[in-house]
Amino acid sequence: MKFNNYILVCGGTGCESSKADDIFKALQKELENHNILNENQVVKTGCFGFCEKGPIVKILPDESFYVHVKPEDAKELIEEHIIKGRKVSRLLYNKQESSKRASIDNIDFYRKQIRVVLRNCGFINPEDVNEYIARDGYLALEKVLFEMKPEDVVEELKKSGLRGRGGAGFPTWRKWSFTQSTSSDQKYIVCNADEGDPGAYMDRSILEGDPHSVLEAMAIAGKTVGASKGFIYIRAEYPLAIHRLEVAIAQATEMGLLGENILNSGFNFYIEIRLGAGAFVCGEETALLASIEGKRGMPIPRPPFPAVKGLWGKPTVINNVETWANIPIIIFKGGDWFSKIGTETSKGTKVFALTGKIKNSGLIEVPMGTTLRDIVYDIGGGVPNGKKFKAVQTGGPSGGVITSDYLDTPIDFENLAKLGSIMGSGGMIVMDEDDCMVDVTKFYLEFTVDESCGKCSPCRIGGRQLYNYLEKITNGDGTEEDIRKMKQISQAMGRAALCALGQTAPNPVISTLKYYEHEYEAHIRDKKCPAGKCKNLLLYTILADKCIGCGLCAKKCPVGAITGEKKQQHTLDTSKCIKCGVCEEVCKFKAVVKN
Amino acid sequence: MGKISLADLKKLREVKKNELSRRDSEGKSVHIIVGMGTCGIAAGAKEAFNAFLDEIDAKGLTDVTVTQTGCIGLCNVEPTVEVQMPGMPDIIYGNVKADVAKRIVNEHLIERKLLDGHVVDKPAADILK
Repeated sequence: MKFNNYILVCGGTGCESSKADDIFKALQKELENHNILNENQVVKTGCFGFCEKGPIVKILPDESFYVHVKPEDAKELIEEHIIKGRKVSRLLYNKQESSKRASIDNIDFYRKQIRVVLRNCGFINPEDVNEYIARDGYLALEKVLFEMKPEDVVEELKKSGLRGRGGAGFPTWRKWSFTQSTSSDQKYIVCNADEGDPGAYMDRSILEGDPHSVLEAMAIAGKTVGASKGFIYIRAEYPLAIHRLEVAIAQATEMGLLGENILNSGFNFYIEIRLGAGAFVCGEETALLASIEGKRGMPIPRPPFPAVKGLWGKPTVINNVETWANIPIIIFKGGDWFSKIGTETSKGTKVFALTGKIKNSGLIEVPMGTTLRDIVYDIGGGVPNGKKFKAVQTGGPSGGVITSDYLDTPIDFENLAKLGSIMGSGGMIVMDEDDCMVDVTKFYLEFTVDESCGKCSPCRIGGRQLYNYLEKITNGDGTEEDIRKMKQISQAMGRAALCALGQTAPNPVISTLKYYEHEYEAHIRDKKCPAGKCKNLLLYTILADKCIGCGLCAKKCPVGAITGEKKQQHTLDTSKCIKCGVCEEVCKFKAVVKN
Repeated sequence: MGKISLADLKKLREVKKNELSRRDSEGKSVHIIVGMGTCGIAAGAKEAFNAFLDEIDAKGLTDVTVTQTGCIGLCNVEPTVEVQMPGMPDIIYGNVKADVAKRIVNEHLIERKLLDGHVVDKPAADILK
């Protein structure tokens, strides 16, 4: 090795402001003083997350992780760690703090993530079956075909405590067991890859990064319940995921890991891909099955559940992509291993797509029971641009918001439901002080109104009514009676809608009314949008004492609403103003204010 | 490759496991793994991939393999690339546009120095190890 050590200094914006630059220079200088600059390299890195514990210094190759490092510490770090090889324990990140939650071997102590579902994503070449095999791929199928009885497989799933990752959290073993115990000449296995929540891309990433894990899991289910045919229902908007699935199916079939007489076991299993046109309702299982059958994608009442009467009336196991990706590892590491991760009622991990007002947006996988605070601050690095955290939206259009008061709630199925949100498929959108809750709710209702299949009136009409009220309120025309009506409609939809789409469509309304009714009231009573988002309620003005008459705002205003002589105070004609906000942006003297 | 038996599969798994742990296919010792999910590609992973190939060619390096993988989840620093080579710690780089890819070949592979400002942390340990 050219260098003995690589000293990584976190250079994220959080750490930059807490003197990462000075630490960088101090470390360089110490190395120079000891004449070992040519044996050690100091590098600035991207953000490590953990911004509250910054600045962070990590030393490779031994992976020491130092937190709250100050420039004065550079001398000790170099003299002790680099020269004498003794770790500076007072600066090391406390090992106990994060290992208490997950009693799982070889997890890196400072990382909050455990990658079970994403174990191969970003590691193997998804278009090479050999790399999957090298990662214990098809080992679980081997076990199921040659060593385990079908009942054992269900038992193992029961032990694992795995619950469906598509949103509702139904115990996976029970679905399988229903289908297993229903006799039929034909049964089917279906993978629900119709991911459609705004801001969610968990399933797409799994299919693009590790398609064989889903194929293997479906074959395992086929053997377990006695099905020889499987379908993957995926939206056509995911061309790369489809391509990789096609490659994976072809490679597995060629090797005899799918198709006829798999590994000479006498078991046949065929998988076909069905493309969806991207209707949100087709993520609902009965609508999805209808779509596979070539019918219009509309839900039907349950029961009977698909596990008993599904595709073409035959017993069908239908699970979501993430649920499938958990199966092989549960089989080969054992249900007991899996059940050690997570909380009492929610086992294993959950993949989230962390987006919105967050520094390190990304796809993350954490053990169930991780707090929102850990996710937002330690993994996500917090809210950018010094803005204040407001809430997290989980569960997409069927979910709700979690406010800053509940940041320390351990995330699992039950706790999220208690807070009035849902786990959903794993979208997690962070919102800051600039986000208006009424506006956000309107966005979700607009989505569900668009995506309602129209079959049942509570969803078709109720959703539209809710949207109309929200629009009225954001326009500044709302009344207090509207809030009462919205609550009434929400309740009716929850009870009367045919499928989960309609039943949960009012959730964003219910949830935001629960935590942010005052924001609704501000729109209605004071005709003000506290977050400054709803354009119709905004009023831009130029402050006389701050305006120096530079004329920049007048020059940039696209509608000529600002007038004034050079070096004189400018005025803004509110009747012409379109509230684009350019004037506020360009003013160097903070003379333009809104509201 | 035709259909394989259980015994063959077990054998193949062992062979491939060794290869993967050393990332030593075709005797090549340096591995550059480019994250090529939809997200990575949208952020310029294909250009980076090609830039790696061009620069490796231009510098006459022969023991380097460039492969693709799925999304590692670090959306805010896509495209991401992992570099594995003997004598250096495994490093993940973020924001690897074509020009950065060239720099990685010259600085990391040839000069054995890490690139300032582009190193990112691995999001999680490997549970299969």
